[in-house]
Amino acid sequence: MIPGRTRARLGWVDAAVLTAVVVALGYVFHRVEAVLEYRWDWSAIPNSLYRWDEETGRWVPNLLMQGFFTTIRLAILSMIPAALFGAVFGVLRTAGRLFPRLLSRTYVELIRNIPPLVFIFIFYFFISSQIMPVLGVEDFVRRASPATLRSLELVFGPAALIPNVISGVICLAMFQGAYMTEIVRAGIQSIPKTQTEAGLSIGLSRWELWRRVILPQALRRVIPPLAGQFITLVKDSSILSLISIQELTFLAMETAVSTTRVFEVWITVAALYFCLCYFLSLLFGRLEKSAAAARA
Amino acid sequence: MIELDGVSKWFGAFQVLRDVRLRVAEGERIVICGPSGSGKSTLIRCINRLEEHQEGRVVFAGRELGADAAGLTEVRREIGMVFQEFNLFPHLTVLENCMLGPVRVLGMTPADARERAMEFLVRVRIPEQAGKHPAQLSGGQQQRAAIARSLCMRPRVMLFDEPTSALDPVMIKEVLDVMNDLAQSGMTMIVVTHEMGFARTVADRVAFMDEGSIVECLPPDRFFTNPADERTKRFLSQIL
Ligand SMILES: Nc1ncnc2c1ncn2[C@@H]1O[C@H](COP(=O)(O)OP(=O)(O)OP(=O)(O)O)[C@@H](O)[C@H]1O
Ligand SMILES: [Mg+2]
Repeated sequence: MIPGRTRARLGWVDAAVLTAVVVALGYVFHRVEAVLEYRWDWSAIPNSLYRWDEETGRWVPNLLMQGFFTTIRLAILSMIPAALFGAVFGVLRTAGRLFPRLLSRTYVELIRNIPPLVFIFIFYFFISSQIMPVLGVEDFVRRASPATLRSLELVFGPAALIPNVISGVICLAMFQGAYMTEIVRAGIQSIPKTQTEAGLSIGLSRWELWRRVILPQALRRVIPPLAGQFITLVKDSSILSLISIQELTFLAMETAVSTTRVFEVWITVAALYFCLCYFLSLLFGRLEKSAAAARA
Repeated sequence: MIELDGVSKWFGAFQVLRDVRLRVAEGERIVICGPSGSGKSTLIRCINRLEEHQEGRVVFAGRELGADAAGLTEVRREIGMVFQEFNLFPHLTVLENCMLGPVRVLGMTPADARERAMEFLVRVRIPEQAGKHPAQLSGGQQQRAAIARSLCMRPRVMLFDEPTSALDPVMIKEVLDVMNDLAQSGMTMIVVTHEMGFARTVADRVAFMDEGSIVECLPPDRFFTNPADERTKRFLSQIL
């Protein structure tokens, strides 16, 4: 609660809570300073964000910022297939026929009932050994002309890491798609049956009913929770570090080891994630408001 | 034009409709009344097959309603339906609500559909509401918009399921006036309602339903003064 915005007066409960928080924080700092005898040293951090490149004579992103950009790429790239999986399976989930419903249910239940980490280990093994060779990504990158390579790098990041990023994207999309499926299903099922009846009674075919009545209404209800899920996706992308996708968390581990400044590195990484996710939630909040205003 | 012949229907083990027989001629206006839960809604929903019946036959203009999906949309475009809760499409304006069927079902051009929609919005006396969304309208206006939406399909029959039950008195009159006009124009109508004034002045026959069957179906003068069945008498004494 922000007192300035809500204009709530500070009661004694608030005062007590505030005191408790201050005391707790003070205690933590005391432990770190006096008992842990941790000597803070932030000097290595700026250099692990950006470093001076002698050859080109420019500042270039170092590991942490490289990882940060890869995380953003992973998030954006996997959002598209994840939303696609969510849309397709979410629609199948509400289908009249048994088989599509069963297929989509299996997908959702399988992913929801296995820890993400375990799923990603299994699935990554499958992708890297089966799917990637079939897609021929590595060959494609090797043979690409400089022009295509440049546009590929714009989308996927450094050429050497393209197969790596694509595996990460597929894993993340499969995994997040299951949650999006549930969001889409809930959105579709929240449209009352009476809308279907009204549509049928003016003679709309099943397809037209779906296209003109159900879908436009479901879409509006689904956008806000999907935006929320996108933020979750950004955070969940950190588990890809465990299959050696070189995103922020993975490179943070390397940086923490090489600089030995464990606390400082992880606090910096936390700040980077926080900024990204908080920026996204502000952005989505604003978009939602302007969409609501446009509708009224 | 409509023929129900021995129609029975069950929800699980519960029998909602018992051997219902009803013939409605072209231009005829039928009012159906009866206590809550007697199966009135279920009955008229069987006429455009929003509910499936299990026994008997439902015939519309010589076509029997069955599982055949293509034939079903053909029939449904000729049967208009008005619901108690209006059921307008909330994401579309009133005008768009009215144009949807003509454009997507009848294949009219948007310009023609718009012209037709405006014509019917004038008939239900809300042309000035055309650009608004349903949520911005009063209940009476919404119900009249819903009537216009059905009329835009140029149906041969209009079904009404308690069209005024969700409205307060002033709005009830607005809607009944529109339904009166419609009756004057010769539309075939089947109306589930407890508005006995409407039944008296507009109906050709009034049917009383109880426990899933039509107990009797008489012209209004006889229905109101001299019903044959005890249950009808009791019902009438309760609501009049
Ligand atoms: N989908 C359904 N599943 C099970 N039972 C149902 C269903 N729809 C209706 N019923 C039952 O069938 C009976 C008849 O319902 P119906 O809606 O046709 O009555 P009604 O005469 O229209 O009543 P009201 O005046 O309250 O609208 C009721 O007892 C109701 O509980
Ligand atoms: Mg009813």
